[in-house]
Amino acid sequence: MSELAGRSAAELAALLAGGEVSAREVTQAHLGRIRATDERVGAFLRVLDADALAHADDIDRRRAAGEALGPLAGVPLALKDILCTKGVETTCASKILETFRPPYDATVVRRLRDADVVVLGKTNMDEFAMGSSTENSAFQRTANPWDLGRVPGGSSGGSSAAVAAFQAPLAIGTDTGGSIRQPAAFCGVVGVKPTYGLVSRYGLIAFASSLDQVGPFARTVTDAALLLGAIAGHDPLDSTSIPEAAPDVVGGLERGVEGLRVGVVREFMAEGMDPGVRARVDEALSRLEKLGATLVDVSLPNAGYGIAAYYLIAPSEASSNLSRYDGVRYGLRVPGETTEEMMARTRDAGFGPEVKRRIMIGTYALSAGYYDAYYAQAQRVRTLIIRDFDQAYAQCDVLVGPTTPSTAFGFGDKTDDPLAMYLNDVYTVPSNLAGAPAMSLPVGLDEQGLPVGLQIMAPILGEAVMLRAARALEADLAFDPAPRGTNALEGVQA
Amino acid sequence: MSTDVATRYEAVIGLEVHVELNTATKMFCSCAIDFGGEPNVRTCPVCLGMPGSLPVVNREAVAAAITLGLALGCAIAPSSQFHRKNYFYPDMPKDYQISQYDVPICLGGSLTVATAEGERRIGITRVHMEEDTGKSLHVGTSGRIHGADYSLVDYNRAGIPLLEVVSEPDVRTAEEARAYLTELRAIVLALGISDARLEEGSMRCDANVSLRPVGREAFGTRVEVKNMNSVRSLGRAIEYEIARQADLLDSGEAVVQETRHWNEDAGTTSTLRAKEEAFDYRYFPDPDLLEVAPAPAWVDEIRARLPELPAAARERLAGLGLPPERAATVVAAGLAAKLDEAVAAGAAAPEAANWLANEITGWCAERGADPSAAPIGGADLAELTGLVADGTLSTKLAREVLLAVLDGEGSPRAVVAERGLEQISDTGELERIVDAVIAEQADAAQRVRDGNDKAIGALVGAVMKATQGKANPALVNDLLRARLHA
Repeated sequence: MSELAGRSAAELAALLAGGEVSAREVTQAHLGRIRATDERVGAFLRVLDADALAHADDIDRRRAAGEALGPLAGVPLALKDILCTKGVETTCASKILETFRPPYDATVVRRLRDADVVVLGKTNMDEFAMGSSTENSAFQRTANPWDLGRVPGGSSGGSSAAVAAFQAPLAIGTDTGGSIRQPAAFCGVVGVKPTYGLVSRYGLIAFASSLDQVGPFARTVTDAALLLGAIAGHDPLDSTSIPEAAPDVVGGLERGVEGLRVGVVREFMAEGMDPGVRARVDEALSRLEKLGATLVDVSLPNAGYGIAAYYLIAPSEASSNLSRYDGVRYGLRVPGETTEEMMARTRDAGFGPEVKRRIMIGTYALSAGYYDAYYAQAQRVRTLIIRDFDQAYAQCDVLVGPTTPSTAFGFGDKTDDPLAMYLNDVYTVPSNLAGAPAMSLPVGLDEQGLPVGLQIMAPILGEAVMLRAARALEADLAFDPAPRGTNALEGVQA
Repeated sequence: MSTDVATRYEAVIGLEVHVELNTATKMFCSCAIDFGGEPNVRTCPVCLGMPGSLPVVNREAVAAAITLGLALGCAIAPSSQFHRKNYFYPDMPKDYQISQYDVPICLGGSLTVATAEGERRIGITRVHMEEDTGKSLHVGTSGRIHGADYSLVDYNRAGIPLLEVVSEPDVRTAEEARAYLTELRAIVLALGISDARLEEGSMRCDANVSLRPVGREAFGTRVEVKNMNSVRSLGRAIEYEIARQADLLDSGEAVVQETRHWNEDAGTTSTLRAKEEAFDYRYFPDPDLLEVAPAPAWVDEIRARLPELPAAARERLAGLGLPPERAATVVAAGLAAKLDEAVAAGAAAPEAANWLANEITGWCAERGADPSAAPIGGADLAELTGLVADGTLSTKLAREVLLAVLDGEGSPRAVVAERGLEQISDTGELERIVDAVIAEQADAAQRVRDGNDKAIGALVGAVMKATQGKANPALVNDLLRARLHA
């Protein structure tokens, strides 16, 4: 592996700013790493070599001309294939969008380009972000770099795997019910789901509009904060975008946790958690205490209903959001005798089984006569969960618990049991339902050598305190992000 | 309704009117609103429903909704919501329509309409905002979706803001329905929020029609009738539907709840969708949009800016000496402002109104133009009526002058000068012509002398012909009588 591919985004940014390396060198190093490893990892659906190098050359030229560039200028990034990129296929890992080339850039993509972050390519994911293992991709399997026989988590598994495999120091994912945090936990990287509305959804292909949020992956907390800073902020094209200025998430990172009240969510520590996960989470809690934080026992009594509410709200919104894939305007079209037949055939051929399952659940939940019992009831649960969080935050500054009940599982382990797959999201969905920020921080390995993620949650727009706590713990843990699985990836010269 | 049917059944009619707004941009994106041109040029990722695109509410459209709500006496909801109405249709880009559902922006108003039996107050249930669909073109012999070889879709219209005005089931006759639609259209025109053309679909009306035996409280089974594209077809469709339902009830059959299509040429309705085929729209609040919560100060500002409404305008014009019918025509055509201009410039209101309601409206109708935008100013109209009043122009010549003004030839005086159209009121010149005519038409002259006064018409006609219509007819009459009865 090239030495450059092992560096963090902050380190690369410093080298680039100091003129010690060029953006072309940094880009080439990562493209080389992708070429050397991605046959086995399968993180990328599409590598944009030419575009990335052209952008890097442009950055180098402008830097040489003395132009002031952003803090992340020349740093490479992997982009989940759910964000629209002008003129470049954006598929959501679905056959129905296999040929879709958007005529516009997502706001996040535009902000990344404005910041001169170099997009290396588009990453694999569960089709339309529906899944927890990336096995629902219509195109390819993505392996967990820590153990190539295991899943990277999902739905943003391509992005988390790319960062864990040192193919990119930064990646963008999206999180509707845990799709950033769960793969971050499985891949031993940092993943942040920001406050709903902090990052624009314009150009993010919708799964569940009231829950979807774009966020960063990185190998360090600082890198994640830097990337979040680059993409956050109001966007007039997204009505749900928060109008206030984004909080400074980088400035106070090193302030420590002295005096911080850390709430330990009783319900998340109770049952269903693997012992290996439990051990690492307990250790992280003691470290936080040692660092000066006060641990507070708190309860989210309604969080247990989160999964049920989530699996009504998300499919309901999805059933409507995915209606537009009808073969009329773009993407796949399978001809039929009538318009209805064409639409039905297109959707039948274009959507995978999990997407169809959720469209059916959502269509049912919204039907006349069932709306109140399902969708409306789920929204009431959502209100109760928000209230639970409000009460918890009256006693503490951040909440902690495990990100997932288990570490990464093997391919095929849960594909026959959708419910078991859904339960992966049990600790992550409450934050989506509340619209509040949450992240996963790697806190060590279980007895199988697989990474364990600690989830840190904060109140709405509490990203700064959340990341500060994560940074303090990260410094204390000194977690080595080099995946054991990279043994299999090593020996390959980039 | 025939009197026969009316003695047995009472019709219960509710009307749903869609008004396409003339805002600068579409409901949820910044595409321009315009008509004509190449298909799919006024589109963007948002109104094409591209993956990842998001809607943003057009403030101008909300203002128009509030304006109409206030004009109809509705309460403006402090907070209203957009829902998604889900159904698959190729001309609907997202396969759902963003529309308001159970929390619309305007609630509970009324509209008073004039009928032969006097005024009737029709309740307004609600006014809500939604977006328009695109237009499908079915290529094939039938021109309809069934049996088409292929279809093309133009999304230029997709996303244009619509207001839907839903009445209470207070309408009882086709006449009331026509009066309601006419009055609503006049209000919309007065507010300037739409060009409200029924023929072109910028205003559309559906009718829910049911019958119940006279004296019964409970409603009968309701049928929705669509595709009426004029006030007249609305009336015809309702009359047809009442007769059809009465026949069914008379013969002991049940009316089937369904949606029916009005066939303008055949003058009949036919089944479009049975109740069982009705869509389950799976309404739910659109998570991409926030509540619409207009600030009370903004609503007050809009209220303060409301223009004069048609009812008030009619009353005012009647006060200027216009017969009620004429006042109604002028207001309905959106010509009150032009009349005011003419009166301000010195015209007598009834005369100016005559020109507006007849010649000017007719000229516009021939060209499919909006009478309120007729290319003649109030000052020109006042000049024209002045030229008639002072005897410079006969009514016939005035008409010619008016048409020339409308065709852009300049002011009435300029046209008169250019074409040499002054009426001949010079007694000396006319006397010579009158004498010549009496000499030529000795027979007719003799009949007049013998006391057959009607025979004078032929002589007047001959004088007018000889002067190419420029003689002052009253003066010609006087001169002829003076000569023949001397």
